[in-house]
Amino acid sequence: MSRDHILHKVRTALGRSAGQAVEAPPTPWIKIPEVSMDARLEQFCKALEALNGKTLVAGSKEEARQYAGTLLQNRTAIASNAPFLAACGIHTIPGVLTGIIDRVALRDACAGCDVGITSADYALADTGTLVLLSSPEEARMISLLPPVHLAVVPRDRLLTGLDELLTVLPVPSQRSSSMVFITGPSRTADIEQILVRGVHGPGETHVVWV
Amino acid sequence: MNPIPEQKIHDTLANANLQLAIYDATARLMHKRRTALDNPLAADFEAWREQANRIKRHTIENLDHYLEQLEQNLVHNGGKVIWARDATEAADFILKLAKDNNALRLVKSKSMTTEEIDLNERLEHHRLDVVETDLGEYILQLAHQRPYHIVAPALHMTRYQVADIFTERLGVAREVVIEKQTMIARAKLREKFLTADIGITGANFLIADSGAVVVVENEGNARLSSSAPRIQIAVAGLEKLIPRAQDLAIFLKILGRSATGQPLTVYTSFLAGPRRAGEIDGPEQFYLVLVDNGRTRVLADRDKRQALYCIRCGACLNHCPVYRKIGGHNYPWVYSGPIGAILSPLFHGVTEDPWLPSASSLCGACGEVCPVKIEIPKILLELRNDVVKAKQREGSGKLERWAFRIWAFFMRHPKLYEMAGMAAPAILPEASGGAWIQSVALPLRIGPLARWLSQRDLPPPAARSFRQQWRERRRQA
Repeated sequence: MSRDHILHKVRTALGRSAGQAVEAPPTPWIKIPEVSMDARLEQFCKALEALNGKTLVAGSKEEARQYAGTLLQNRTAIASNAPFLAACGIHTIPGVLTGIIDRVALRDACAGCDVGITSADYALADTGTLVLLSSPEEARMISLLPPVHLAVVPRDRLLTGLDELLTVLPVPSQRSSSMVFITGPSRTADIEQILVRGVHGPGETHVVWV
Repeated sequence: MNPIPEQKIHDTLANANLQLAIYDATARLMHKRRTALDNPLAADFEAWREQANRIKRHTIENLDHYLEQLEQNLVHNGGKVIWARDATEAADFILKLAKDNNALRLVKSKSMTTEEIDLNERLEHHRLDVVETDLGEYILQLAHQRPYHIVAPALHMTRYQVADIFTERLGVAREVVIEKQTMIARAKLREKFLTADIGITGANFLIADSGAVVVVENEGNARLSSSAPRIQIAVAGLEKLIPRAQDLAIFLKILGRSATGQPLTVYTSFLAGPRRAGEIDGPEQFYLVLVDNGRTRVLADRDKRQALYCIRCGACLNHCPVYRKIGGHNYPWVYSGPIGAILSPLFHGVTEDPWLPSASSLCGACGEVCPVKIEIPKILLELRNDVVKAKQREGSGKLERWAFRIWAFFMRHPKLYEMAGMAAPAILPEASGGAWIQSVALPLRIGPLARWLSQRDLPPPAARSFRQQWRERRRQA
């Protein structure tokens, strides 16, 4: 009833009738620059470091694993089920928990871990942004609950920016119930405009490009 | 009809700490915006604004079409749309849902729409534990205050006030270091996130072609609210629609830069229904509460419905000389600043707070910075006109009309105007050394004129009037 009531009021206000055709909306404003992969990597690292994120362009999967190993020393970690992490040997680093598929078990594990390790479905070079789609491989909580987030990503997933992402993925809901953009560590400036990192999400973000 | 809250405004103006806090915070936000726009990445900013305005206009003019499209796609994604005519309907739905699911604890991320419908009070009244999780909103909930600013809700509070509130309400040892205060809130709220049954978020955008809700934030509390509990509810005004996910390419770019000078905020969540088969986490149930609460009334006003294009970036507040003096709590509704001065009368009628459209210097800054190009100064003028018309209908405002008639008579008779100008120094006290005149002779200190003059100083009369100077120049030439 409220539905019909509201739609009726909307149509009356606009002078439209039910089912009346609509002109095409203005063409989307999409501009994709041409940027080489090396330049993209440089852009990404510069943008993320400006937000206090840490980055590494690794020469090999082994180098990525070493970075993770050093970061994890004496700390507990939970890794997503992303095949790329397995390929890098992240899952076999001592202290790394993986393979959880139960919602509540995963949440509790994430809440107790020091580091959350994920890959990323895409990344945006100009803003230093990771793009994660929720799937059997990537859960929402791993990049969110632990105080440190480490992402290990193959470089062919690095796009120029938002415009290119929305061209590759024009209707993201066809792929997943959740797509999140992560641009640097969690932050707030709600008290006296003073910047504090790690308020609810991770206060530290590391991205390793392979 | 509510009078202008003069005493409250005087108190704000007389509070030096508060004045400094408002001035400082808005100056920083203006500076951040400016810096972001000077970056080469934002070279197309003016074109983005133009495009954003065109898309919003198209969507609002065809709103019924996009509402139906949104609903169809969101249902396809496994979600459900609840249409709420007003605050009561929205709250009643959430109360029933909580009851049906034996849910006692709700976590909430920042949402102006839920402020607008007093959702917390309504839920608390039914003994539900509803917790604000944005740091600023959390502080305000503990202090029982409403947001001071659309984007920076606790802008008016100092760390010392926060320390007092935390000590009193959370029973923690007094702590004045901001980093530590933030960590106190993190720990308290973390426990709430992990035990809540329902998460409530707002929505920055509703995407018709995807059946999705987009939430923009920096802290991660909206992500937590939408991912940790088993039920998610998004509450949004029905004007939040944009047609396509691809339109985010400009809307995200203009929103972050206009609000806080960020090219993208830390987190942008694109949420399309409950978790799907195979996905490990995410809510089991997903609801979108679409709120009218007066929006269809605004829609009926062809010239002013553009007020519904607003994306709540807060830029017009930061740039407004009136907001920067009187702050956010002297406006009658949750929306403050220039956008509040047009939304309040459009939602509630001009006669409720007839002074509000006049709380503007008409400097035009709000219109210049608005990322979706709402003509705020023009709407303010039109609302002033509506206020006068409403007064005439009521038969009040006669004195004002007579005053303007006399003024108009003098303006149309240059000789008389000049004579009045020459007579002026006689009733104004002698200005010494070109100082501004702060008080006037008794005959002028009466009725509405006295009130008008109490807020304004007058420039000293010139030794020779413009007309005299003009004639002399002509003679010399």
